[in-house]
Amino acid sequence: MTDIEAGSRMSRVWTNAVLPVLGVVLTVALWWGITVAFHIDPFYVPSPADVVDSFMRTPQFLVEETWTTVQRVLIGFAIAVLTGLVIAVTLAASRTVERMAMPVLAAVNAVPKVALAPLLLVWMGFGDAPKIVMVVLLSFFPVIVSTMAGLTSTPADLRELARSLKASWWQTFVKVRLTWALPQVFVGLKVATPLAIIGAVIGEVVNPDRGLGSVIAGSGASNDTPLAFAALVLLAATGVILFYLVAGVERLLVPWARAISA
Amino acid sequence: MITIDGVSQTFKGRSGPVEAIRDINLSIAEGEFLTVIGRSGCGKSTLLRMVAGLLKPTRGEVRVAGELVREPRRDVAMVFQKPALLPWRSVEDNILLPVEIFGWKKADHRANADRLLEMTGLTAFRKRLPHELSGGMQQRVSLCRALIQRPKVMLMDEPFSALDALTREELAVELQRIHMELGTTIIFVTHSIQEAVLLADRVAVLSSRPGQLRRLVEIPIPRPRSFGHNAHLDEVAKVSAELHSLLLNDTHLPKTSTI
Ligand SMILES: Nc1ncnc2c1ncn2[C@@H]1O[C@H](COP(=O)(O)OP(=O)(O)OP(=O)(O)O)[C@@H](O)[C@H]1O
Ligand SMILES: [Mg+2]
Repeated sequence: MTDIEAGSRMSRVWTNAVLPVLGVVLTVALWWGITVAFHIDPFYVPSPADVVDSFMRTPQFLVEETWTTVQRVLIGFAIAVLTGLVIAVTLAASRTVERMAMPVLAAVNAVPKVALAPLLLVWMGFGDAPKIVMVVLLSFFPVIVSTMAGLTSTPADLRELARSLKASWWQTFVKVRLTWALPQVFVGLKVATPLAIIGAVIGEVVNPDRGLGSVIAGSGASNDTPLAFAALVLLAATGVILFYLVAGVERLLVPWARAISA
Repeated sequence: MITIDGVSQTFKGRSGPVEAIRDINLSIAEGEFLTVIGRSGCGKSTLLRMVAGLLKPTRGEVRVAGELVREPRRDVAMVFQKPALLPWRSVEDNILLPVEIFGWKKADHRANADRLLEMTGLTAFRKRLPHELSGGMQQRVSLCRALIQRPKVMLMDEPFSALDALTREELAVELQRIHMELGTTIIFVTHSIQEAVLLADRVAVLSSRPGQLRRLVEIPIPRPRSFGHNAHLDEVAKVSAELHSLLLNDTHLPKTSTI
């Protein structure tokens, strides 16, 4: 190994592992420093130590609630991605359908989802279903918009190539447009990931049964702020992990995208 | 093989109509090598796209093998000015794209692909992705992709513009060989007078704005020709000088020129 290679590997480790961890550590330190320096009552803002304490009192309970929320997020996200892709492909295939459906979809997206939560309770009662529906409602739109943007951004020279080869609509779609759209699809997926988590939490806070949202709702009733913070930290960690999972899949599926956008 | 009959093209530009091609008449015999030369923006690509069936002439018509061209044909291959490679496909898979789209058996064309890779010096790069290649190598890939179709007609839009002089000569010689061997009819657009003379049976000189056929020059030099020493240096020099003055005297500068 040459010095240059060694140097670039060191700098890769530095940018990919050390810097993100350092960012988190500094943030926690800042949080801690502020609670100590301003003598903030843990009832308002608990220090990191209070939060860890709270977690350690009932670790198994919190892990189980996290898992419940994660399951709802994953199921809802999967449904949102599948329906989002199918809708986007349908809209991209037909101008007529697009013109008709787009305002409706935009309107549905503009409805404040929190306002729908009581209705979902009426329609579906308690349990997983209304939470999963909330996840879908919050996260499907970015998938549609980004996929459509990707499908309609095929470069003119590639379109002309397909045309000059007399490729059928379907061949052009599969071999050129869809693959070309993938990087954009992933932009949408990355936007949708945190929205999916927000959806699950809205569902659980408004209509509590299990899951981290329900923990937060319950901690408000029992004035247990450190517990609410512990739940928030777990939600944030879930969000980060899901986001990097999506980014990892993106790297696997579209390794060429970074190269051509650079 | 190809007849271009009173073909004109006017684009609806954002600031009014743009007349790109005006009343071009040309007929190209089977197996002929025609080069088209003209200044940048004179309508060479536009003319080629109309022959390819990618663009409908505003007036006039194009026939290939006696049939009116309304859409692209599978026996006509186009080499675009830009390489137009699929960025996620390896060199090899890009070359085999037409085979896939035509629904041919890949196994039947692997050997041909190997030969084309060898000929263009890309064998070592067959598994690479396009962004890992230089511009000239990308152009060679797109040339191979056209040749794999075994077309009767090849329409080539400045296919060698991003190549260095030596590779350019090498490929020009190779293209002549293919042309003689397969009897392909070729329309080849270029900026280079030297290339136009070396390759062509006839050179069509276009004037600018709008693109009109200014002159058809016969190149009666026997083949194979090469850039280096050949027995016809005098003729080459004479024809080149003639083309040069034709292009230079083309005083139709762009109307919007602000130089
Ligand atoms: N789709 C289009 N819409 C409007 N104008 C166009 C369009 N395509 C080409 N033109 C115009 O037609 C003229 C000819 O363009 P064309 O691309 O055929 O030139 P060219 O001879 O191939 O030039 P170059 O050598 O630079 O490639 C130009 O003035 C260009 O601006
Ligand atoms: Mg051109």
